[in-house]
Amino acid sequence: MQLFKEVGQAIAGESKIQKKRRLPYLTDTLVRAILFLCSLVSVFTTLAILAVLVVQSYYFFREVSIIEFLTSKQWTPLFAEKHFGILPLLCGTLLTSLIALLVSVPLGLAVAVYLSEYARRPIRKVIKPFLEILAGIPTIVYGYFALLTITPLLQKLIPGLGGFNALSPGIVMGIMILPLVTSLSEDALRAVPDSLREGGFALGASKLQVSLTIVFPSALSGIMASIILALSRAVGETMIVAIAAGNLPQLTWNPLEPVSTMTAYIVQVSQGDTPYGSLAYNTIFAVAIALFVLTFILNMISFRIRKTFMAIGGGN
Amino acid sequence: MEHYRRHALKQRLYDTLFQVVALAGLLFAVMVLMWLLYTVFEDGIGRLNKQFLTSFPSRRAEEAGILAGMVGSVLVVLLTIVIAVPLGIGAAIYLEEYGRKNWFSRFIELNIANLAGVPSIVYGLLGLGLFVRWMQLDRSLIAGALTLSLLIMPVIIISAREALRSVPPGIREASFAMGATRWQTIWHHLLPISFPSILTGIILAVSRAIGETAPLITIGALTFVTFLPDDLRSPFTILPIQIFNWISRPQAAFHENAAAGIIVLLCITLLLNATAIYLRNRFSR
Amino acid sequence: MSYFKIETRNVSLYYGNTQALKNITLGVPENKVVAIIGPSGCGKSTYLRLFNRMNDMIDGVRVEGEVLLNGKNIYADGVRVEDVRKRVGMVFQKPNPFPKSIFENVAYGLRINGVTNKRYIEETVERALRQAALWDEVKDNLKKSALALSGGQQQRLCIARALAVEPSVILMDEPSSALDPISNAKIEELIWELKKKYTILIVTHNMQQAARVSDWTAFFYLGELIEYAETKDLFTNPRNEKTQNYITGRFG
Repeated sequence: MQLFKEVGQAIAGESKIQKKRRLPYLTDTLVRAILFLCSLVSVFTTLAILAVLVVQSYYFFREVSIIEFLTSKQWTPLFAEKHFGILPLLCGTLLTSLIALLVSVPLGLAVAVYLSEYARRPIRKVIKPFLEILAGIPTIVYGYFALLTITPLLQKLIPGLGGFNALSPGIVMGIMILPLVTSLSEDALRAVPDSLREGGFALGASKLQVSLTIVFPSALSGIMASIILALSRAVGETMIVAIAAGNLPQLTWNPLEPVSTMTAYIVQVSQGDTPYGSLAYNTIFAVAIALFVLTFILNMISFRIRKTFMAIGGGN
Repeated sequence: MEHYRRHALKQRLYDTLFQVVALAGLLFAVMVLMWLLYTVFEDGIGRLNKQFLTSFPSRRAEEAGILAGMVGSVLVVLLTIVIAVPLGIGAAIYLEEYGRKNWFSRFIELNIANLAGVPSIVYGLLGLGLFVRWMQLDRSLIAGALTLSLLIMPVIIISAREALRSVPPGIREASFAMGATRWQTIWHHLLPISFPSILTGIILAVSRAIGETAPLITIGALTFVTFLPDDLRSPFTILPIQIFNWISRPQAAFHENAAAGIIVLLCITLLLNATAIYLRNRFSR
Repeated sequence: MSYFKIETRNVSLYYGNTQALKNITLGVPENKVVAIIGPSGCGKSTYLRLFNRMNDMIDGVRVEGEVLLNGKNIYADGVRVEDVRKRVGMVFQKPNPFPKSIFENVAYGLRINGVTNKRYIEETVERALRQAALWDEVKDNLKKSALALSGGQQQRLCIARALAVEPSVILMDEPSSALDPISNAKIEELIWELKKKYTILIVTHNMQQAARVSDWTAFFYLGELIEYAETKDLFTNPRNEKTQNYITGRFG
């Protein structure tokens, strides 16, 4: 130890202005430890989510078999004759989400191609903030649009349409995820190197030909990643469907029918007077686990695709 | 030759056509949004007066107001900022500046990316199980703020990491070469330089927190509150829940209240977002 | 005590499994300028960064052998890397002033050393700026942002910043490669001046520069030290064929 001290002094001690100061090093070590704890909060969050969901749904699965949960075609935990099949909720979730994708993907991709391949700077400067504003609107507001603006409009177009249906929240959700699809797809398109475009232009191809036959296919995996992420967002969206879809779990692919989704069901139970700890109450944790797993899988697929896309030269 | 010329002409036509279609689609989306905003405005503006802003909820629509929701929202979000911002920036600094590139940092990175994609309602159930039940904080302000903090922390971490990453590497080298410790480098150079971008991320996260409804419904924030919270353990409601409550009523008069509440909510969130966008455009190179 | 101010003894450096420096033994006498030349990727910058342990910042770097400053191994346990860096100043390829005022840039090293005496700081800043031949150009604008200076001025500011804490060794990593010829000439003049007080190790891919400013020159190739000799000997009478090929422009 004595030797180390001497070494340190020989190196440090030769200047006049060099004072022996330990404080900065102590601070650095202390701060490092504190910041490390901060970063552990994220791990803790994940563990806590898993713990809460697993423990609470354990109580549920003690009374209801997982087979019934996954295969029964009825979801009526709040009725006298109880059935616990998640399929109707899953179906409602997918139905509204797919409608949302039908609305947002074609428009989002067209706008993304336009922004990345055609638009000049001033136009971009108007469009980008608009999309960001769209992304900043709280979902409760979209819920209001769905129930009180879009549904009445649809009722005029489609006679006999009920006040609650899957179509209206699906459309509004499409508007909601439009910015996500657009900006992520645009990033993917922009990541395609210019040399590829130049190869096309040098052959005399038009901008649209280059965009559709060269840029778009090169960016396809990045675009897929953005669509999957948008799907995940739609699956997890809550307030729009809770307000406008009707809270009626049924196994239907008819967009004109009222449905319920996994998220909407959780809100419905949370709002009501179902006693904490009862079987009916624990259903929301079982549903939440299914929701968590579904979005987790979608997110990971998207994450993986994007990583590969960037690695194989999409990104610079 | 003639064939090629016609083909080229056709291609140019398609080219123009695509631009027209894309722009028309976008314009359509803009118009839909404008129309939606207009309908809210039309429905709600009549109710937007001093009585509405300073009253508690009521069974009679024309006597009801958003005071409890406004105060609750502001308090919850302030608490959320106090909790989530230091933790989020701290985690970002650790991951970006201290953490080594090993399996642990890759795991945390993946973990945060995943947390950012967890539906907000799942955070609500986390808050319910962890804060409301297990820590017995009940349906209180602090339970709501903790829940929202966990919800927006990934957003803050991701944007703060990006901000730190965009500091030119030369600055770090220069500072270390002078003999500065890591923390001195962070405190003297990296944080001041990346401050505008970090702030942008925080504002966007806060704007999201203000609009969140579902997680606070699940932790059991009340819908009918006729008092103002007086401490951290106090029950509360927030503006979006108040709006949700009014939307769910069948009477048109309550829908007007909801529209008026939405106007207030939109003013707050859009103002925050506009500030963030402005900050970013102003300071981005 | 060693004859050399700084030296390496049998130093090898690995990035993961790749060996970037192979068993290098080389010393720099006090108040001399030593230039390191060699083709890109030969490890010359990596070698330079051994002396202020900037390679530590990169994950997966492993150093074997001894790196000595005043005869003491700076990679020994118990040596604080910050202390080493306060003794060994560095100037980078691209000027990298802090986005602060000119004055604060130069004063930064003092501040992190806990110096608070205002007059002392002012005196030191002036001395450092004079040494870096920048004082006359900036003395009326010390509060101005360093980023407003030209590239050449920025680089001299970075030199002044390094000088303010009175290091004994200065490392220069291609200090004028990003500059115009006039700024370049100024920097070279400055190196001549600084040599009176400091020991300087400079990496350059400009052979004329090496010939002009250095007393000794080392030629690196693929992580190996091929030849180390007095500058005039190395350029007029290289003993190794690879050195011969490089300085006559046959590769690199």
